Amino acid sequence: MTDKTILEKIKAIVTPYVQRKEGLEDFSDSTDFITDLKINSANLVDVILDVEDEFNIEIDNTSMEGMLTAGDAKRIILTKMES
Amino acid sequence: MNFDSIISALPYTKPFLFVDNILQIDGQGCTGTYLFPEDSHFYKGHFKDHPITPGVILTECMAQIGVVCLGVFLLNNLHDEKKITTEDIQIALSSTQIDFFLPIYPGEQVKVVSKKEYFRFNKLKCAVEMFNNKNELVCRGTIAGMMKV
Repeated sequence: MTDKTILEKIKAIVTPYVQRKEGLEDFSDSTDFITDLKINSANLVDVILDVEDEFNIEIDNTSMEGMLTAGDAKRIILTKMES
Repeated sequence: MNFDSIISALPYTKPFLFVDNILQIDGQGCTGTYLFPEDSHFYKGHFKDHPITPGVILTECMAQIGVVCLGVFLLNNLHDEKKITTEDIQIALSSTQIDFFLPIYPGEQVKVVSKKEYFRFNKLKCAVEMFNNKNELVCRGTIAGMMKV
């Protein structure tokens, strides 16, 4: 799975929870879930659970805390998929 | 953790405590009851000369029994070295989706039954149902909140 595919999948996962739709227009590694997309902390949990299902991985509390941007999420997904 | 200590750890008091008894609780869900006193303040205004329990109050009752009581129980299991008290708990409602089927009048007792969907990263999401004293479905839906100590 390429970086670009993963990023597209992340974008599709977060879309239902996004409160600031303009934030999706230039979705990239640096897109911050909270400041750019205005996703609340409760919906961020749903994002994580959807990421787990989509990529068949398990995300622990430490990884969750480090998942602030789409790029962070992509790196964590890649690391978990390798292990 | 016994039923009384769960209720006493709840961060609510009258007139906004909507839990009388817990009937059953385990890692998967909670069942409890509440009797809506006839002199509850909201009956004076909801509705004029025609008191019916507001849907938001039914929702609150479902949240307190179905989600918060269960959350206190689950948090206590995670931190079994010390008993959790009201001061320890941080709590916030995050979402509700409820369908209503029957009214609840002043003086009626309800039973709330919840089933945990998940409790992860401090978010507890439950499927919750409320029944009247004839065991008829009053309302049902999904309630989620953030809970941590």
